[in-house]
Amino acid sequence: MARAVTPRRKALVTVLAWTIGLALFFPILWTVILSFKTEGDAIASPLTVLTTPFTLESYHVVQDRSNYFLHFWNSVVISLGSTLFALVVAIPAAWAMAFVPGPKTKDLLMWMLSTKMMPAVGVLVPIYLLFRDLGLLDSRIGLVVVLMLMNLPIVVWMLYTYFREIPGEILEAARMDGATLKDELIHVLTPMAVPGIASTLLLNVILAWNEAFWTLQLTTSKAAPLTTFIAGYSSPEGLFYAKLSAASTLAIAPILILGWFSQKQLVRGLTFGAVK
Amino acid sequence: MKITIRALMGACALSALATAAFAETTITVATVNNGDMVRMQGLMDEFYKANPDIKVEWVTLEENVLRQKVTTDIATKGGQYDVMTIGTYEAPIWGKQGWLLPLDFPASYDVDDLLPAIRNGLTVDGKLYAAPFYGESSMIMYRTDLMAEAGLTMPAEPTWDDVKAAAKAMTNKDKEIYGICLRGKAGWGENMAFLSAMANSYGAKWFDMDWKPQFDGGPWKETLTDYLDLMTNYGPPGASNNGFNENLALFQQGHCGMWIDATVAASFVTNPKDSAVADKVGFALAPNKAGVAKHGNWLWAWNLAIPAGTQKADAALKFVEWATSKEYTALVASKEGWANVPPGTRTSLYENPEYQKVPFAAMTLNSINAADPTHPTVDEVPYVGVQFVAIPEFQGIGTAVGQQFSAALAGTTSADDALAAAQSLTTREMTKAGYIK
Repeated sequence: MARAVTPRRKALVTVLAWTIGLALFFPILWTVILSFKTEGDAIASPLTVLTTPFTLESYHVVQDRSNYFLHFWNSVVISLGSTLFALVVAIPAAWAMAFVPGPKTKDLLMWMLSTKMMPAVGVLVPIYLLFRDLGLLDSRIGLVVVLMLMNLPIVVWMLYTYFREIPGEILEAARMDGATLKDELIHVLTPMAVPGIASTLLLNVILAWNEAFWTLQLTTSKAAPLTTFIAGYSSPEGLFYAKLSAASTLAIAPILILGWFSQKQLVRGLTFGAVK
Repeated sequence: MKITIRALMGACALSALATAAFAETTITVATVNNGDMVRMQGLMDEFYKANPDIKVEWVTLEENVLRQKVTTDIATKGGQYDVMTIGTYEAPIWGKQGWLLPLDFPASYDVDDLLPAIRNGLTVDGKLYAAPFYGESSMIMYRTDLMAEAGLTMPAEPTWDDVKAAAKAMTNKDKEIYGICLRGKAGWGENMAFLSAMANSYGAKWFDMDWKPQFDGGPWKETLTDYLDLMTNYGPPGASNNGFNENLALFQQGHCGMWIDATVAASFVTNPKDSAVADKVGFALAPNKAGVAKHGNWLWAWNLAIPAGTQKADAALKFVEWATSKEYTALVASKEGWANVPPGTRTSLYENPEYQKVPFAAMTLNSINAADPTHPTVDEVPYVGVQFVAIPEFQGIGTAVGQQFSAALAGTTSADDALAAAQSLTTREMTKAGYIK
């Protein structure tokens, strides 16, 4: 029986939800506000910041100094490329783990996840040397491979959780009708799992978009995504808050918009398997 | 058929030759984001006019990201960069490692014109490994109006006692005016740059000749106690989070009576566009403790160097030569005025009567000349560097010690505990690294 929701309780929960939501969103909002201020105003005390005039000065400077579209395009290629590549590898892997688990499947899954716990800098030098010898430094393809490997455990885990909710009998029925393994994967499982795959894809695009260790270390100019674009606007000697905020706003805008339109899938992706 | 193939191959060969004739060499230059470097990116047309066959690709990064990236690249000989912007800290270490190419400039470059203090810090075994793009020391910037109100005059070479008296007289916490603003944010290039230089002026040092840390000695205790005393009584609130930029903003908005920091700041605080106190700033040499021969001023330069892994050494050298030449200085002066030329690298700049009119020129030169990276302390020490120790381990150690001192400023630990922790952590790291047998 559902618990009766009193109006008071509803109001309380609404206020709480809004407070948490605003608290989480506040840093982004503040970044956007600072991006429309002059350098001097941006570093002033918070109350003064709100009363000073707005200006597009920082956006002009950022536009003049950097090639935003090059960085933007690199970010798109790298994040989308690495996610699609990861899906191609992860769908068969998750299928095997969900429908034909062996005695060590759980251990394997845990081991995959444990690789995420290693500090990335620990493998920086070996990967850098490999990239140097393969000529992959400052190349988009190199970053696609590295980010694919970085996010693969998460992709496999998400798909695995989703696939487990699909009744195995459906696949069995397909097999009875003479479907080969390939048919089963492509024509039966994948279409049924589209919502799960979509939310996995979205979440991983966001993760790859925000990745700021490998993208900074392995690129210089040609393949440099938006993380490098932002990193160019912090300065040890000289005020930079407004320009850095403008660069950050430009860098997060596309992913913020994508997130806004795909909220439903994202929330579903993050919560499936949680409530049974 | 054969003829077609031959014709095609011929055409290919021809076009390959044609491309070779117009081949451009593209060099990648990694640099920090500061005003002088950004200005140079806007003046590149002049370089291209003289060198139509060279194209420069810029990679501008935040200081710490840049340091991490170029270190990885140079240590693995990754060859991603042809010219790197490096500090006075890296130049001697990397030069010694054989990671940088020695710079052999033509006579017209006039190497002897480089300021001796700066040049010495970039030279290893008689070879210059990096060319200074701009140099800086530290000095006192103070509010002339507040000093006059307090009935004080700033001596040209004040002692720490003078500074303390002035800070006390200028502080008016009700009006949010704090006598002195100093760095408090933890980091080897943040609070430790200031405190190491201040310690030199108290006769303290990081290590003795056997590389034994000296935080347990009297001079360091005096340094830290006086620093904490100044900052708790006359400093702004929350100073343990303040670095260069935070203090710059405070000073520009009129909240600081004095600020001891990089000479580069002089051009910011005297710029009426950003600074509310632009016409009320005076300059003085960084202080010393009465009777100690060393002043508390550091020495730093951002330099251009060529990594040993580059395939384009000739083009890279041409660029470095242009960017650090007298002609470049003249170019900036003609386009943006003398106050905007990169300071602190050449004697000829300070002999120029036009440049002497810039209000902070003389004090910048005096401050740079008063710092000697090869003899930074009163006693003899085994290391080079004024506000740092030019050994690879220093970044880690300096930041860890800086965290202790920053905590002492925030009030979460005492000066004695911070010094004891600094002593033990430095001893541990230096023993691990093999300096202490």
